[in-house]
Amino acid sequence: MTALLQVDGVGKRFGGFVALEGIALEVEEGERLGLIGPNGSGKSTLVNCICGTLRNELGEVRFAGQRLDGLPAHERTRRGLARSFQLPRPFGSLSLAENLRIPILYAVNARGQAISGGAIDGRCRAILGEVGLAAKADRLPRDLTQIEMRKLELARAMAAEPKLLIADEVMAGLSHAEVDEIIALLIRLNGQGVTVIMIEHIMRAVMEFSQRLAVLVAGRKIADGEPAEVVRDPEVVRAYLGE
Amino acid sequence: MASLADRQAQPGWGALPFTLGLVLVAALIFSIGRWIDNSYVFFAGYVVAQYIVLGTAWNILGGYTGYVNFGITAFFAIGAYSTVVLYKLVPAVPLPVMIAVGGVLAGLVGFGTGYLTLRLRGVFFSIATLAMAVVVQTLITNWDFVGGARGAYVLRPRTAPLIGGEYVQYLFLVMLGLCVLALVTARSIERSALGYGFAAIRDDEAAAEASGVPTLRLKLIATALSGGFMGMAGAPLPYYVTYLDPSSGFSLNYAVNAIAMPLIGGTSSWLGPVIGAVVVGGLQEYIRVTISSAVNVLVAGVLLVVFVIAAPQGIVGLFQRKR
Repeated sequence: MTALLQVDGVGKRFGGFVALEGIALEVEEGERLGLIGPNGSGKSTLVNCICGTLRNELGEVRFAGQRLDGLPAHERTRRGLARSFQLPRPFGSLSLAENLRIPILYAVNARGQAISGGAIDGRCRAILGEVGLAAKADRLPRDLTQIEMRKLELARAMAAEPKLLIADEVMAGLSHAEVDEIIALLIRLNGQGVTVIMIEHIMRAVMEFSQRLAVLVAGRKIADGEPAEVVRDPEVVRAYLGE
Repeated sequence: MASLADRQAQPGWGALPFTLGLVLVAALIFSIGRWIDNSYVFFAGYVVAQYIVLGTAWNILGGYTGYVNFGITAFFAIGAYSTVVLYKLVPAVPLPVMIAVGGVLAGLVGFGTGYLTLRLRGVFFSIATLAMAVVVQTLITNWDFVGGARGAYVLRPRTAPLIGGEYVQYLFLVMLGLCVLALVTARSIERSALGYGFAAIRDDEAAAEASGVPTLRLKLIATALSGGFMGMAGAPLPYYVTYLDPSSGFSLNYAVNAIAMPLIGGTSSWLGPVIGAVVVGGLQEYIRVTISSAVNVLVAGVLLVVFVIAAPQGIVGLFQRKR
């Protein structure tokens, strides 16, 4: 059986700066993958190349057996690839419930389902409830704290009903209890069959969540495997702590 | 910015009752004009109605998707000059057909402009549209068939078809019809998935894409619709002014008013451009008659400055529920 996501030899440059080089990564259906790396190592760039926000110059990305290269981002979302943005990018003039309405209208309904009027609103509120924002469903994003905005990012990605969810640092700044909540939520989603890639700096969360761990350093993947082994890898330790 | 839910929370008028309501209002306004029976009323009413269409057209792109178009006069004049061309080739073509032709032409140009420029964001898009207005004006000025820089005369028929009376009454009636068409379109957009898609683009294009919104396709729909309505608003112009030259067809006044009116009225709802056009257009007409025909241009400018500072959500925003 082929992997759900196959990243093969992906490279990306910004002018003379090599952001990604020869990245190969496979994610099996139903897997929970942790992706870590120091700041600037290319984690978000990789996410952007996978999701179509950026175009990779080299290599190819396959999802569910099909090539994604050249497809615009919205087409990839419709095929079941959803991501949250590291810096929250809410729709500022829409209420929280309406923020989630967009992916339901444009990603879920585009797959041939036709969820209508009242049902959409109910679903938006249910998803907001899962991330603990139900009480603010009718508020605007500007009334949220930074932490709540991260939860909104995650909720909006969930609303697209993805096969693969990429959570890009949704936990930064969250309290211990909130981190536990989000981990539980992501594991619950995973239990429902959603493959999850978690990009995170909070090692406790990564270790608790991940079945497998990949490490990016300066645009290259330097380790990939069992989390407990990867964090003991001398090269990984050197990248994080220096010589 | 008030949210879409506000609008949807408004008494749930379906599209059909809303359309009928608008037609009724338009009919009422027209009968009042007939009752007053003074051709000035029709001349003034035509201008206000024309700005309702123009402002609504601008708002579909500028207000809903957040792409500020400065090239209004290009689309408006394409509509006007398509009528001049048709008038010269087949003068017997009825006005509504000329409007349809002008609308389709301007819509196609809108689509093309969108395709070429929508990869530009923010102010760069606006500058490109401004450049396009200059290009179209230069082309028309150098096109002898439509009179070039000298301009073209279009003879206004003496009496109105169907309804009788002066021809300007017919022009006013047709423009009222265009108002109904534009407003029904704008309001349907607001309440549909398209409206949510437009709002998502306005708020954050990358996030919209990531949520499955085909942003390029939606922006093309917006530019085509917006350009089309601008062309339709301009198509009857040659019959209204009877003499059209590039400097009047491409007058900056149209562009300034078409932007100022939605901003003053409020860009978040179909009602905004209507209120803006009635208030600003009405005031301009009043000042044109009572003070001077030059001072009226000042009105839009001064009001725009006041509103941008004091009430950035426009008049509609003042009445919307704060949250």
